Amino acid sequence: MPIELKMPALSPTMEEGSLAKWLVKEGDVVKSGDLLAEIETDKATMEFEAVDEGIIAKILIPEGTEGVKVGTVVAMLAAEGEDITAIGEGAVPALLPAPEIADKVATSIPAAVPVASSAAPAIGASRIKASPLARRLAEASAIDLSTIRGSGPNGRIVKVDIDGATPASMPAVAPGVPAAFAAAVPSIEPDIPHEVVKLSNMRKVIARRLTESKQQVPHIYLTADIHLDPLLKLRADLNDGLAERGVKLSVNDLLVKALAAALIEVPSCNVQFAGDNLLRFSRVDISVAVSIPGGLITPIIAGANAKGVAAISSEMKDRAERARNGKLQPHEYQGGTASLSNMGMFGIKQFEAVINPPQAMIMAIGAGEKRPYVVNNALTVATVMSVTGSFDHRAIDGADGAQLMAAFKRIVEKPLTLLA
Amino acid sequence: MADSYDVIVLGSGPGGYVAAIRAAQLKLNTAIVERENLGGVCLNWGCIPTKALLRSAEVFRYMRHAKDYGLVAEKITADLDAVVKRSRGVARQLNQGVSHLMKKNGIAVYMGEGKLTGKGRLSVTAPDGKTSELTAKNIIIATGARARDLPFPKADGKRVWTYRHAMNPPEMPNKLLVIGSGAIGIEFASFYNDMGAEVTVVEMLDRIVPVEDADVSTFLEKALVKQGMKILTGAGVQKLDIGATGVTVAIKARDGKLVSDEYSHVIVAIGIVPNTETVGLEALGVKTERGHIVTDGACRTNVEGIWAIGDATAPPWLAHKASHEGVIAAETIAGQHPHAMDPRNIPGCTYCHPQIASVGLTETNAREAGHEVRIGTFPFIGNGKAIALGEPEGFVKTVFDAQTGELLGAHMVGPEVTEMIHGFTIGRTLETTEAELMETVFPHPTISETMHESVLAAFGRAVHI
Repeated sequence: MPIELKMPALSPTMEEGSLAKWLVKEGDVVKSGDLLAEIETDKATMEFEAVDEGIIAKILIPEGTEGVKVGTVVAMLAAEGEDITAIGEGAVPALLPAPEIADKVATSIPAAVPVASSAAPAIGASRIKASPLARRLAEASAIDLSTIRGSGPNGRIVKVDIDGATPASMPAVAPGVPAAFAAAVPSIEPDIPHEVVKLSNMRKVIARRLTESKQQVPHIYLTADIHLDPLLKLRADLNDGLAERGVKLSVNDLLVKALAAALIEVPSCNVQFAGDNLLRFSRVDISVAVSIPGGLITPIIAGANAKGVAAISSEMKDRAERARNGKLQPHEYQGGTASLSNMGMFGIKQFEAVINPPQAMIMAIGAGEKRPYVVNNALTVATVMSVTGSFDHRAIDGADGAQLMAAFKRIVEKPLTLLA
Repeated sequence: MADSYDVIVLGSGPGGYVAAIRAAQLKLNTAIVERENLGGVCLNWGCIPTKALLRSAEVFRYMRHAKDYGLVAEKITADLDAVVKRSRGVARQLNQGVSHLMKKNGIAVYMGEGKLTGKGRLSVTAPDGKTSELTAKNIIIATGARARDLPFPKADGKRVWTYRHAMNPPEMPNKLLVIGSGAIGIEFASFYNDMGAEVTVVEMLDRIVPVEDADVSTFLEKALVKQGMKILTGAGVQKLDIGATGVTVAIKARDGKLVSDEYSHVIVAIGIVPNTETVGLEALGVKTERGHIVTDGACRTNVEGIWAIGDATAPPWLAHKASHEGVIAAETIAGQHPHAMDPRNIPGCTYCHPQIASVGLTETNAREAGHEVRIGTFPFIGNGKAIALGEPEGFVKTVFDAQTGELLGAHMVGPEVTEMIHGFTIGRTLETTEAELMETVFPHPTISETMHESVLAAFGRAVHI
């Protein structure tokens, strides 16, 4: 019995999408996890993964088709050994997108067959194996089961798989993690005594996306040392004044604002590489890496360039808090035009972060520390931090990157600009 | 020249022999070493022979209550020797069964005391003193456990018994003290009470069967007291003197008073000690905690090639847990990736009268774990079949997570509940919610309908109450 491949809902709000590109063709053998197609929504281009294995028997929706409703059958998958030529040929109502069914039925099927029943899920529709509890938990947290790989018998999705997952299909995973997640994992277990820990869905996405980033995105790294004392002083002054309002700014809040301001100044770095095109954003949405149990997530401060530092601070607090409790909505962590990853609190002097595709830059913040510092040819002691920008060289040239670093440095060292 | 195997299993209890069979099924060349009886404690001195004893006690109880069923049975007496003889016969039959299973699966059996002599090396000393040297890349330690003894006078087998003496008693006790109210203690208390002894149970914690749900403990205590048992909770044995005619025991009661009494016999059932001291683990650096071998989810120890399962490892110390670990260990050795066991999916059964069976979290545990809970309780008095059987005692309690509908636990006390708990265990293993349990059609008339009703009750929908 052939399996229908339906337009997936790649986010809780997605109603339709464009079938941007087929990554398989008729006759291809696919297995669970293979990429079938790229689906574009208003927000992003996302990957459509195979859940079942089999042979692509028939592609019903050609690539480039826009406005394909969620649930529409886009292709048929045959089991191995099934006669694929018979599939999808002729008028098989169940193979057609829902809107067309009514017409077809009206003309070619005797009236005795109620239209409604044809529109019901056809027999052989791909079934997601999931425990009742897993289904309920997924529903409660708006998790799309078709995006989760089950760890139970025969790939059945069980509770632990949901516990490890993050809402919606494509969590924007933060970079800034040591790139230790090789995609090609040795399948032979070492003899050394060890315990096998099942990867959570988040962990899998982190591994996949960071590997993709390092393999596909040519990174360049630019490091600058920044004199931090003026910003620390400004922060202390502001916090004095803001204490009554219950606001306490962190250095990170100010750096988010500084990066946003720098990106507005140097728009050639607020971009995204998109195949034949380059997207230049006129707004800065900063993804801020937040460590959460089992991984990390990047809540977004949207329009950070236009927000005051107090607003950024309270928004950041709220998002980080909800991120740790797994309560972030997809739109709060998906997207972003650039990222900021701060490991200063861990005492890290300097590091190079992995770009979070499809973004084109990430700023890695090291610890502010007292260092010998030369001012007017005299040696003094100052608080200095090293920051390193990672840039997608396909989209951003070294000179543009250097301009951004210079702007960021200037803003941080003359921080009153932030309030302008 | 040493005999070489892929896997050697040390110990042939329900963990060891199942591990050996699974390894053999997976085409591993397997040997098993046993120092006493194939089948281990479970089959020879534990689960099975005690069930045979308890069955005799149950029939005896029915005979005494013949009148309730409109029947006449007069001059009923019990012949303890014959009851024990039947129990031993059952154990023998199963012991031979294991022997047959070893032969059928081509597993080499070495009778004798096994000791690790190095990495992958095991020496077996047979009862006649002969030794065999065995080697294997993987050795599974399944040596089990034995009864924990009291710090004061050790069990002598005459007046003071462990479970082992209690199931093969030299004589019928007339006044019996059972120290400890876990599964073993309470089963023997129930057996000897049914057989006509005057039984007292002393428990240090504030309730009997303390691992069970508190409601179950409360109900069982009332039921046992009604049957004539004396129960002392929150009480500890201070002193125990074995005399010529009996045992004088001083018990510090809950109120702090010291009470001395004489008993004809005492059963010590205060827990178990793992059999891990003489295996040679220390020389190889195998990590243990209070004697119990530390393992991971696949039953590996910290030393490569040494695996451990069952009572020799962490709790729960139950035969079926050992068997399941045996399967996990054998499959992992064969290169498969079995799922680690979830201890919350391991049911527990106690065969006292009335019986107890449970799986998952108790209400208290669930609340402590932060769950908002929904509780359903349904009594057997509301069940037609239980009334027809003349056994309307007990209840079924279910614990659900109020948010997700997850079945967190089920706790039953009453007739044949040990044969029904698997229903809830399947539910937990398959991760059902209350919806599927409610939609399941339970056969009428059965006592299992109480399980359905309990689920309905948790959501305010019970029918027959």
